[in-house]
Amino acid sequence: MIVKGRIISGGRARGPVLVTMDPISFLGSVDPKTGIVVESGHSLEGKSVAGRVLVFPRGKGSTVGSYVILQLKKNGVAPVAIINLDAETIIAVGAIISKIPMLDMLEKDPYEIFKDGMMVEVDAVEGEVRF
Amino acid sequence: MEPPLTKKERCMLDGECGPGKQQAMEILVALAKIYGAKGMVPVTSAQISGVSYKTIGDAGLEYLEDLAAKGTNIEIPAYLNPIGMDAQGWEEMKVPKDFAEKQLKILNAYTSMGIKPTCTCTPYLIGVRPKVGEHIAWAESSAVVFANSVLGARTNREGGPSALCAAICGVTPKYGMHLEKNRIADLVVDVEVALPDRSDFGVLGAIAGGVARGRVVAFKGIKKADEDKLKYLGAAMAAFGSNSLFFIKGITPEWKVRDGAENITADESEMARMRKTLDECPEEDIITTGCPHASLAEIKEIAGMVRGKKLKKPLWVCVSRAVKEIAAEQGLAEIIEKAGGKLVADTCMVVSPMEEMGYKNTGVNSAKAVKYLPTMCQQRVHFAKLEDLLGFRGGKGAKK
Repeated sequence: MIVKGRIISGGRARGPVLVTMDPISFLGSVDPKTGIVVESGHSLEGKSVAGRVLVFPRGKGSTVGSYVILQLKKNGVAPVAIINLDAETIIAVGAIISKIPMLDMLEKDPYEIFKDGMMVEVDAVEGEVRF
Repeated sequence: MEPPLTKKERCMLDGECGPGKQQAMEILVALAKIYGAKGMVPVTSAQISGVSYKTIGDAGLEYLEDLAAKGTNIEIPAYLNPIGMDAQGWEEMKVPKDFAEKQLKILNAYTSMGIKPTCTCTPYLIGVRPKVGEHIAWAESSAVVFANSVLGARTNREGGPSALCAAICGVTPKYGMHLEKNRIADLVVDVEVALPDRSDFGVLGAIAGGVARGRVVAFKGIKKADEDKLKYLGAAMAAFGSNSLFFIKGITPEWKVRDGAENITADESEMARMRKTLDECPEEDIITTGCPHASLAEIKEIAGMVRGKKLKKPLWVCVSRAVKEIAAEQGLAEIIEKAGGKLVADTCMVVSPMEEMGYKNTGVNSAKAVKYLPTMCQQRVHFAKLEDLLGFRGGKGAKK
């Protein structure tokens, strides 16, 4: 199956999906050394974003979050790709400087398609997700 | 939809102008998509936030060092927001050494790209004064409001990275405040109270910002206001309501109100109520002023108040280095220092690690500082007029 989306940050990557309905603030909420979500009460608390195709609505909080995404990448614990409902500045900048493929505004509701652990390929050159 | 790009912008995006410009243009194109901009607009200056080690930490430091190592250079004049310490007097300020070393590395990364280490939130007080209709990309929220409202320039509230990208590429996505159609007020505030003190303008800004929530505000009934007062007004509006533009009838270069705009009144009781909300504790360990950075006029006034007196509490007057140097030449710095105060350059009470210097309660005359000191520096805040903080009226803060 192929689902089209809007390209925010270019590239291609394949990996297992990790889904959350909660916005993510990378500053203070994700440990840059381990990739584990540490925000108390977050639906991903205790889970790692490392190597995942991370599906979440959008970013929140400090713009420094962009730089934390880069730290995750340098430490080898970043998501391999990002899918947002509607991108905003923090995550978009973070994905671009970290060279993480990123799409938003998929033609179908990502929460109806993607389940945790599903293997998908995010193609942010063609602007589509294949699975 | 990708926005249309000029030949030069396309070259940058394709990597022909180096990896730094390519990445910066990728970010600008993504932002143009997100905000529905139909293209880029050339800007004449950039003002970059995200400079204090306290706010951007190791993550930001690493990013900036990477970018600088790619040989990235800026296209247009670009200026820095305050850092976390006085670059020349951090030891005297008792800033921890590790913090200072990392802060200096951040400063080096920026300056190696050609960015001027002005380290001020008030570039307009050191000669960076874009003209009416001029497009710029500024990030410091209080400077954004000042540039849009008082100078009539055009800028969105940029983030640190987007302002940096604008500096590197010389353009910014054309949306929001860059478009005439958005420069129109949806909230009219009838001011039915006199505003004799600068702090009164901060109180009014907190009220208007809280109601406006980002909408453009038009003030009626303000008869007189110098630039310092407008600075306090805009800073509070940005801090309390993410505002980027206001009009004052007869004072600002623009005035445009939408038919059917919401109307509110700011009167004596409303002002008193907000003033009470802002004032959290009665006593302070330190008095800080210069949020946004103090002008020469403010420093003169302070020197006049403390001349020949002795302050009971430490006093920081936060300023840009350029203004501090002028104040020193005019002998004003010496007067304030003799009274026990300090002109602190390059930084301010909010972005320096005050909480690590042993301070718990801070006295301020800026509503913006009230907003940020509790969360960013774990301070309780005493909000008052500067003359009341210094105590030379009631004689509280000074020995004869």
